[in-house]
Amino acid sequence: MPTPPKFLGIHASPPNWLRWLLTIIPFALLVIIYALASDTRQRENPSDKLLPTASKMYDAMQRAAFEENARTGEYQLWTDTGASLRRIGIGLGIAALCGLLCGLNLGIFIGMEHLFLPFVTFVSIIPPLAVLPILFIVFGVDELAKVVLIFIGTFPLITRDIQLTVKKIPREQIIKACTLGASQTSLAYRIVLPQIMPRLIETVRINMGPAWLFLIAAEAIAATNGLGYRIFLVRRYLAMDLIIPYVLWIVLIGAVVDSVLRLILRTRYAWYLESQE
Amino acid sequence: MNPDELRKTSCLFLEDVYKAYGSKVVLDNIDLAVAAGEIVTVVGPSGCGKSTLLRLVLGQEFPSSGTVLVDGQPCGFADRSRGIVYQKYSLFPHLNVLDNVLLGLRLSYGFFERRRRRKEFEERAMTYLTRMGLQEHSRKFPHELSGGMRQRVAIAQSLIMQPKILLMDEPFGALDPGSRENMQIFLLELWEEFKMTIFFVTHDLEEAVFLGTRIIVLSQYYTDNRGHGEEVRRGARIVADYALPKVAQSTLVKTTAEFGALIQQIRQEGFNPKYIRHASSFDLAHPHSFQTLCAEDR
Repeated sequence: MPTPPKFLGIHASPPNWLRWLLTIIPFALLVIIYALASDTRQRENPSDKLLPTASKMYDAMQRAAFEENARTGEYQLWTDTGASLRRIGIGLGIAALCGLLCGLNLGIFIGMEHLFLPFVTFVSIIPPLAVLPILFIVFGVDELAKVVLIFIGTFPLITRDIQLTVKKIPREQIIKACTLGASQTSLAYRIVLPQIMPRLIETVRINMGPAWLFLIAAEAIAATNGLGYRIFLVRRYLAMDLIIPYVLWIVLIGAVVDSVLRLILRTRYAWYLESQE
Repeated sequence: MNPDELRKTSCLFLEDVYKAYGSKVVLDNIDLAVAAGEIVTVVGPSGCGKSTLLRLVLGQEFPSSGTVLVDGQPCGFADRSRGIVYQKYSLFPHLNVLDNVLLGLRLSYGFFERRRRRKEFEERAMTYLTRMGLQEHSRKFPHELSGGMRQRVAIAQSLIMQPKILLMDEPFGALDPGSRENMQIFLLELWEEFKMTIFFVTHDLEEAVFLGTRIIVLSQYYTDNRGHGEEVRRGARIVADYALPKVAQSTLVKTTAEFGALIQQIRQEGFNPKYIRHASSFDLAHPHSFQTLCAEDR
């Protein structure tokens, strides 16, 4: 009997310890290369700004997170984080809610599909950043324009995704519900809606990426706080010691939100994951 | 019996039903009257339109022309009067077994009525589940059940609505031979208890003859006076229609010589492309059978 190789080829079946090791390797490499490069540069010039040492980054973050800003009296990191999360939460939240309702109705009611789907497709092709100036002109440079940008960037995609999911529900199941006495509204909101909730969570997970993109773009152009605003602000002073930890912080937030959504999916919608396989 | 009388008394009545998709004719002048309490099994070569016929009765599709009556009423979109059990997709994946069975009751009553009679509904659903031998699985989800259990839940889900006719589209087609036979026996037991009318489509001749109190053979292998040119597009017709024993029998009957002979006969009449009979000489032996031939075929 052949023994499967540990790592190479299509028949490979790595043991558990190797899986962990393989996962860690690229991260470890990145850290090591950075540390070496940073060390080399710091030796030549102790005030080098491009590749700051870990301790410099730590100090910068320490100041941002735990020291009151002398001018505004705020804790900068938390203000930025709060502002950004609020924008992305409202924007993506409203987009998810509207996308759910629109996608559901477009998917079930053929007339609605013909009326709105081509339009939604058209809107989804518009590059949201191209209309950002319009949004700033129309909604001002305050919160609203940023939220609207996130909404416009994610709503059509969520709608399309939900609509396709509804379409994929077998015709048999719809007919079956009719034979059980379902009216058209209860079909939509009591049979189909609960079935597409897990897909909504998945599509929100996928749309987190674009949402962050639009958020940071909007903050970079016009804002007074926010994670994206801060990164672009301190870029002027080449403050890599703050930019790098901020980026890592955004990654951390994204990862946490993603795993919370995944946890909800696993605990509340086990049937969905099972029937996907 | 004459068609007018049958039209009034039959549980299911089809007259002059045609179904075409574009230029392809699937069903060609179907006439059928089914009395209440029968198990009608429908067999025929693959692609002959068995499932299309079932969908016409269900209201999932509509005939290109002709009449379909359920209990004397013209057949509209799918509703509570007809139950359906498909081969798959009959259960709702997001509901557990009990909720699946309860769904029909819940959907049929308003919010307050539903709240007030919750206990009663649940008890009724549990009675059905117990009858199906599934009382211990009431909290499981469909994906946790075996194929046979799923189909039993699907049957309970339909039966609790007490439909005038229960339609089944190859319900046991995906089961292994053992559980398939168990389900056949189980269905007959239920039928003896509830005496519901069943319209059962299958491609398995043995299953059809064993289950049915009446068997209908749909086939496109026949001829009539319309000629043989390219322009003649024939669809399937009912080429044979037999009464079968009215009482449920043990599976031993499957091994008897008569059982085998009947299957052979049906295979010859419906499934053999070389065995061609004229539309006026089909083997329509069932007393409720009738045929509306066009003038030149009489």
